[in-house]
Amino acid sequence: MADPMKIRTTVGAEFTEVRVLMVHPMETGQRKDSSGNLVPIHFIQEMSVKLNGRSVLEGQISQAVSRNPVFSFRLKGAKAGDKLEIAWLDNRGERNRSETAIA
Amino acid sequence: MNPFRRRTLAAIALLLLPLRALAAWNKEAFQAKSAADALKSLGVSAPAESQDILIEAPQIAENGAVVPVEITSNIPGTRSIAVVVEKNPFPLVAKFDFSESAVPFVKVNVKVGESSFVRAIAEAGGKHYTAAREVKVTIGGCGG
Repeated sequence: MADPMKIRTTVGAEFTEVRVLMVHPMETGQRKDSSGNLVPIHFIQEMSVKLNGRSVLEGQISQAVSRNPVFSFRLKGAKAGDKLEIAWLDNRGERNRSETAIA
Repeated sequence: MNPFRRRTLAAIALLLLPLRALAAWNKEAFQAKSAADALKSLGVSAPAESQDILIEAPQIAENGAVVPVEITSNIPGTRSIAVVVEKNPFPLVAKFDFSESAVPFVKVNVKVGESSFVRAIAEAGGKHYTAAREVKVTIGGCGG
C-alpha cells in the first residue's frame, strides 16, 4: 500500500490552489544502484483530480517527473467543505487515492 | 479462440475498465525519443508560438533532478497543456487535461538531464500553441 498523499488547499478570491505530494520513487530505469545494477523503471503514469465527484483535471506523466512528485493546480468555483479526491496509477498497476475536504 | 482464452480476455477487460476514468497513458508519445516525434504522437503539428503561455523555471538549475516548472496558459479555452524537456532521452514529461473548473495552470518538479529548452504546448479550440524557456543544468537529473 502506497503512502498517503499530502494535500493542502488554499481558497483564494479567484481560485483555490491545490498542492499535492505523492510519495513515489519515480525511477527512470536509467539509474544504477550501489552494486551497479540498473534500478527497474517505476513511475506514476496517470492521475486524476475530482471535485465533489466530478473530474476537473487529469494528467499523464512520465518518469521524468521528480521523485516524490509535488503538483500545484488551481480550481475554479471550489469552496470550503467541498470534497476533493486525488488518485494515481503507476506503471506496475499500483494505485493510490486520497480524499480531503477543501479548507 | 477457445472458451478459456475468451473468458480470460473478458476478465482482463473487466480489470482494465476502472482505468477508463483516467485519460489513457499515451505510450507512443511518452516513449518517443525526440520532441518532434512526441508532438506528432500527441497530434500536434506546427503549433503557433504564443506569448500567452507563461513558463516559469530557473535559468540555471543546480540540480537537474528537481527543477520546478510552472506553466500558465492565458489562451481562452485552453483544454490541455503538455510539457516537453527537449533534450531529455524521452522528451515528453507530462500532459494535463483541464475541465472548465480548472485554471490552465500547473506547477511540477521535473528532471532535466542536460541544459535544454523546456517547452509547453497548449491546446485551445482545436489549435495548438507553444512557448519555450531555456534551463541550464549544472548536474543532470536522469542518470546517476
